[in-house]
Amino acid sequence: MKLNELSAHSLVDLLKSKKTTPQEVLQSLHAHIVQTDKSIKAYVRLNSEKPESTLSENQTCPVPIAIKDNICIAGHETTCCSKILEGFRPPYDATVIEKLRKTGAIFLGQTNMDEFAFGSSTENSCYGSTSNPWDKDCVPGGSSGGSAAAVAAHETIWALGSDTGGSIRQPAAFCGVVGVKPTYGRVSRYGLIAFASSLDQIGPIAKDVEDAALLLKIIAGYDEKDSTSVDVPVPDYPKDMRQEVKGLKVGIPKEYFVEGLDKEIKEAISAAIEVLKKLGVSFKEVSLPHTEYAIATYYIIATAEASSNLARYDGVQYGLRCRPSKTRKSPLIDMYEETRDKGFGKEAKRRIMLGTYSLSTGYYDAYYLQGQKVRTLIKNDFDKVFQEFDAVITPTSPTPAFKKGERINDPLAMYLSDIYTISVNLGGVPAISLPCGFSKTGLPIGLQIITKPFDEETMFRLAYAYEQHTEWHKQKPPQLK
Amino acid sequence: MISQNDVKYIASLARIHLQDDEIQQLTRDLENILQYVTKLSSLDVRQIEPTTHVVPLKNVSRPDLVKPSLKPNIALGIAVEQHQGAFKVPKVIE
Repeated sequence: MKLNELSAHSLVDLLKSKKTTPQEVLQSLHAHIVQTDKSIKAYVRLNSEKPESTLSENQTCPVPIAIKDNICIAGHETTCCSKILEGFRPPYDATVIEKLRKTGAIFLGQTNMDEFAFGSSTENSCYGSTSNPWDKDCVPGGSSGGSAAAVAAHETIWALGSDTGGSIRQPAAFCGVVGVKPTYGRVSRYGLIAFASSLDQIGPIAKDVEDAALLLKIIAGYDEKDSTSVDVPVPDYPKDMRQEVKGLKVGIPKEYFVEGLDKEIKEAISAAIEVLKKLGVSFKEVSLPHTEYAIATYYIIATAEASSNLARYDGVQYGLRCRPSKTRKSPLIDMYEETRDKGFGKEAKRRIMLGTYSLSTGYYDAYYLQGQKVRTLIKNDFDKVFQEFDAVITPTSPTPAFKKGERINDPLAMYLSDIYTISVNLGGVPAISLPCGFSKTGLPIGLQIITKPFDEETMFRLAYAYEQHTEWHKQKPPQLK
Repeated sequence: MISQNDVKYIASLARIHLQDDEIQQLTRDLENILQYVTKLSSLDVRQIEPTTHVVPLKNVSRPDLVKPSLKPNIALGIAVEQHQGAFKVPKVIE
């Protein structure tokens, strides 16, 4: 097998036994990226960083990684794939980057995404769209579509994404790789360019469950620079996930298996449940009764938070600054308004407008406050189920990857593609998506496992057990064979 | 119902100068999305506390100590325009 196609954990073994070097791995990746990324377009920027020639003892994981373009790397242009951040070079590292640096990580480049993570297809990027490695006419999902496509196309060993409503799990499902949205507060958000601060989490996208577990172990943990990160110990996920799953109780929420769910996906999930049953996991139907309100709740809360977070892009400090040729209001106001008109794309404007509306006088109670109250109901649904069950299993997405252009002009249809992932962010619970089959047309299908807050261990245990008994994660996109 | 005037007003709150065709498009889009969102009002949540945050954290404070932070010249290194150690903006007062 070529070096670029290896998982991180097998690479670490090879590196330890001196069977290869970080330089060789990097060479193999660069050669492959040059060839493949012309058609995939997973990267928006490639770094020329060289691995250190000698590694210290602490640098236990000198593995190349791709980073979503909304996570700050000191001195490297980071734009959220938005014109408004053109040329922005953050003067500091995100905490996750700092942690990765300590392990010897090599930052390959920044990956494509929907502008400010607003989208489910990676089509809302100022750099143009990314292709799904399994079918280039299809989207890779989003918003971390570049990261998921890069992992699937073996253009990186692993990657970081961010997940506000499904932006790691849905593209992972569409591209046939593993993606994790950790518990809210598990990973520091310091240096993640904010979208919706009460929902955002950084997480791993990887070729298998073990890599996802390893990467989460590296990036997780309390950080005084993020006051919403939680000071609880980080378990040794790659070790703990090997415990057997016999006796675990899993709920199947009936609200997730209704009209709109693709038949092939339903079958793939049922088959996955059978695999786990054979390993001694018990299943029972459960109810998450407020599921149908999740998307409406999300688009109120997430856009309100986004409109507030994006107020900072006004041309004053960094990024883009534009001024109209004629004075309209005053030189300063004109600069704000012109910069934001020219700098933000369609979907960003739509979300800022929606968020501003629901926060404005006269509408706050009806929309924003109502949304926050329904959020409580959605969270309570999870709390209740987890009193009795260790996990919940659902599809990651109601359909496999859709065609490019198919939903881009219909915002609601696009929003509905997140129907199975959004409640997880509203409830703050962790979830993983892993491959569990293919459609007849050869598109990957994702299985989602959700567990209690800060119980990523059980999530990884179930995912690992399933993966050990299936071969889906070993499949390669046809054109890479 | 949301009107084009509402959209213009929200745009001024959000400090975005919109073109005429954008105003028309956004009026339609917001109308559709808000229509969908009205399903939330069918729930009786009078007795429910709002969730602003899922993590049970109270105010987080730290000792008031001076620690190293970004040097002004580095922070200003990203400025679009700077003048005497500050970010420079267009004239505010005529």
